[in-house]
Amino acid sequence: MIIEALLAFTFAAALLVFAVPNKYAAKLAFGLSLVPIAGSLYMWWAFESGGNALTGGDIAFETAVPWLEIAGYELQWFVGLDGISLPLVVLTTFLSALAIVSAWTPIQSRQSQFYGLMLLMEANLIGVFVALDFFLWFIFWEAVLVPMYFLIGVWGGPRRKYAAIKFFVYTNIASLVMFIGFMMLVFSLPVDSFGLPEITQSLAAGELGDFYWLGAETLALVAFAAMFIGFAVKVPVFPVHTWLPDAHVEAPTPVSVMLAGVLLKMGTYALLRFNFTMLPEQASFFAIPIGIIAVISVIYGAMLALAQTDLKRIVAYSSVSSMGYVILGLIAFTEFGVGGATFQMVAHGLISGLMFMAVGVIYNSTHTRIVSDMSGLADRMPVAVWILVAGAFAYMGLPLMAGFAGEFFIFAGSFGSTVLPYAPVFTALAMFGIVIVAGYLLLAMQKTLFGPFRLETDYEIGRAPLHDIAPLVALLAAIILLGVAPSLFFDMILDATVPILELGGVDQ
Amino acid sequence: MSALALQLEQTNWLFASWTLAPVLLLAATALAVLAIDSIDPDSRSNSILAGTSAVGTLAALGVTVWYLVAGTGQTDAGGAISLFSGAIVVDGMSLFFTAIFASVALLVIVASYDYLADDENPAAFYSLLLFATTAMALMASSNSLATVFISLEMASLPSYALVAYLKDNRGSVEGGLKYFLIGAVSSAVLAFGISLVYGATGTLLLSEIAEEITNVDDLSGILGVGILMIAGGFAFKIASVPFHFWAPEAYEGAPAPVSAFLSSASKAAGFVVAFRVFAEAFVPAMEIAIDWALLFGILAVATMTLGNFAAATQENVKRMLAYSSIGHAGYGLIGLAAISAGATDANAAVMGAAMAHLLVYGFMNTGAFLFIAMVEYWGVGRTFDDYAGLSQKAPMACVAMAVFMFSLAGLPVFGGFFSKYFLFAGAINAGFWWLAAVGAITSALSLYYYSRVVKALWIEEPNGNLDALDTKPTGLYAAVIVAAVMTILLLPGFGPVIETAEAAAAAVFA
Repeated sequence: MIIEALLAFTFAAALLVFAVPNKYAAKLAFGLSLVPIAGSLYMWWAFESGGNALTGGDIAFETAVPWLEIAGYELQWFVGLDGISLPLVVLTTFLSALAIVSAWTPIQSRQSQFYGLMLLMEANLIGVFVALDFFLWFIFWEAVLVPMYFLIGVWGGPRRKYAAIKFFVYTNIASLVMFIGFMMLVFSLPVDSFGLPEITQSLAAGELGDFYWLGAETLALVAFAAMFIGFAVKVPVFPVHTWLPDAHVEAPTPVSVMLAGVLLKMGTYALLRFNFTMLPEQASFFAIPIGIIAVISVIYGAMLALAQTDLKRIVAYSSVSSMGYVILGLIAFTEFGVGGATFQMVAHGLISGLMFMAVGVIYNSTHTRIVSDMSGLADRMPVAVWILVAGAFAYMGLPLMAGFAGEFFIFAGSFGSTVLPYAPVFTALAMFGIVIVAGYLLLAMQKTLFGPFRLETDYEIGRAPLHDIAPLVALLAAIILLGVAPSLFFDMILDATVPILELGGVDQ
Repeated sequence: MSALALQLEQTNWLFASWTLAPVLLLAATALAVLAIDSIDPDSRSNSILAGTSAVGTLAALGVTVWYLVAGTGQTDAGGAISLFSGAIVVDGMSLFFTAIFASVALLVIVASYDYLADDENPAAFYSLLLFATTAMALMASSNSLATVFISLEMASLPSYALVAYLKDNRGSVEGGLKYFLIGAVSSAVLAFGISLVYGATGTLLLSEIAEEITNVDDLSGILGVGILMIAGGFAFKIASVPFHFWAPEAYEGAPAPVSAFLSSASKAAGFVVAFRVFAEAFVPAMEIAIDWALLFGILAVATMTLGNFAAATQENVKRMLAYSSIGHAGYGLIGLAAISAGATDANAAVMGAAMAHLLVYGFMNTGAFLFIAMVEYWGVGRTFDDYAGLSQKAPMACVAMAVFMFSLAGLPVFGGFFSKYFLFAGAINAGFWWLAAVGAITSALSLYYYSRVVKALWIEEPNGNLDALDTKPTGLYAAVIVAAVMTILLLPGFGPVIETAEAAAAAVFA
């Protein structure tokens, strides 16, 4: 029942904040967002790891209630957690609260609507990670898009209308492709519900039948491809990443934080849950193309970041690069590859959140994000700048920070992959991406933060207010904590990911 | 023995009359409104009239829902209840649709309280609305071609007057005239079709027509033409291609609450007679006289395509909704198009899905038109440009409108998703994948023009002076918010709706 309580509270909080006057909304939303953090931390504390929810392991905090019936298939209210979804729920509640605080300075109009939508999005994101019935999951999945559309469209920058529509159209078409692929799969299985565990286990038992004139083997490949395309847009990877920079640049800081920190993880989470858990053989069939997509995303994303002059665009493109690592870890299909990819989802959520927030704090003072417009900011706003530098090092994978743990696990796992042919070559190429990341981040730091002070815009730079700095410190602390003790999450992640490999027939 | 049977017959008759209570309540409310106006014609008390109408409609709705829950006339509780020698029948389908009509009428009455605040003669409006609702409830119960025709005319005549209600407004009068002319022609076509079917089969009762059809022999040509003409008469009522020409003008010209009523309730009324007549009487004719399912399939594809593409090109929001309403008639027609002789289960599933879609549509479309009524009340304009930035002054109403738009588009967040999904899945299961494909493509397209409204309301900056929005019309707000809440609740609560609808459809096919 704790999951239901968490969801109900967050939805109610969203409604409440929507209804209060603007001047109270910010503080109230932050206060209310602390409760989901407490709830998710309690679940983390009470959680007993017991395998993967889909492959037949224990499902923590499980509820399954029949909902309605479609043509012989039962839909359920079916929620629960395992070692993959729990860290992401904790990430969602933590990052949402911090993003709400980071909105206090930049959001100066229609606050109650803004914070209401943030909480609504948080509730739906939690729903995405806890849902274990396909329809329930799909409803939450789509329900995340609606608040995001408004958050970019109403509070965004000058080109917000274009960015919001592009985001909405891209992700909705992707959802449609994925939905059709998954439906073809389910209609060819002898299952009587849309419960994800039942579907997974039926597929693992080799019960897939023909779909009209499509044979079972072709059907599985078609469904894998359709779902991969649908989720790849959300991740995003090359070549369907083009909505991301527009959305990020136009979105206000807190929305960018949620977009990069949690929404992108929906894509990789779904890839892991659907494509790699349900159809591992088809994943190995497509291993080389997926490996190539992953490496291109890493290198190309980093190169694009290198070419940008807008700090926010740099961070946005580097997300494409980081998500490439996650895909590489997944397709490697080894203990550390898949586990590391899952860990990297959390780590990247924290680090990219930190980077976007730090850039936001600087923008609040300077009113510019163009690298050539400023230099020597370290003199004027030391705390914010040093946190930005720390975040950049986390991004580059400095040991004892979360980014290092994630990337190290991924590379260790992908190097010895038996599923991905030429795994060492792919790994070596992807590792080269780190060099470029270090290159563009250091270059941008050096130009903007150090050297003599200069600012093209005529704004008086003061120290950032405490409520701007506090979430940065909290994020940095979390990043270091996970870097020093990755086992806080990594043990439960491994517990949940190793059964996927066993189901896929990979010997460890 | 015979005395006992007679007694049983009498108690049955008494009991059976009670099952018409929703229709009688609606009729009594309409008469009460007239009576109040006759007793005190000078007071023109809008609140008393609206209150009486709302209470009466609410009572009718309450009784209908009670009957539905209690199982009156449904398969589990002894099957359909016949009255007046079988000319009227009370079963799951009639109650389901009566619930739709009463809900829509209730929302429209509550909203009209503000819309008619300065009206000279509100009693005329409410009584016309209630008479039309009564006739629609009767349409849902009609089990003979005679009662079908009479109740359809009874519903149409007040509707013509309602469209032309704004006597000084050119658009309203023009819409009313156009509606009346096309309505008169299609009534004639319908009457001619009925007479041909009667000529071929020798009966007007739907159940007897089904039996007689197998004996028509060389009159099958006449029967086929008769069925075709009856289909034409119904196509007018549901605003399907090629009898849709009246709809954009009538919906745009009419007062917005009337547009809401016509595009939701009147359309559903057209569907219920079409469902009952074709499912109960004409299924055997598919092999003998005319493959009417194919005919409806072609109409469905043409209506979905034309409605959605025409809606995408509109600049006037009300006209856009009028075309979207035509598009939704196309989705409803899938319920008649995906029918094949002998496949009772699949037929019931797809027709039940169409019924459920009409219910969800009753709330989301009524709500959308009532939002337009609210904008007309404020008087800020009609085009997308005029709608820009309304959310800055009226956030709650604009949230509701966003709910309606996304639900109409079938976004998987509101009731409109499940009803469309069941409809398309039912069509695929019945082997009509091409209907589902056209439906899915056109509803993906529809997201474009529906989201234009949301974009105008929420993302654009206001163009003009929005001071008029400071007045908050209570009735309109209440109706819009209730419709939005229902649209949201129909997502988690879709189970009972689809179960009731499928059982009701199965009973008609059996």
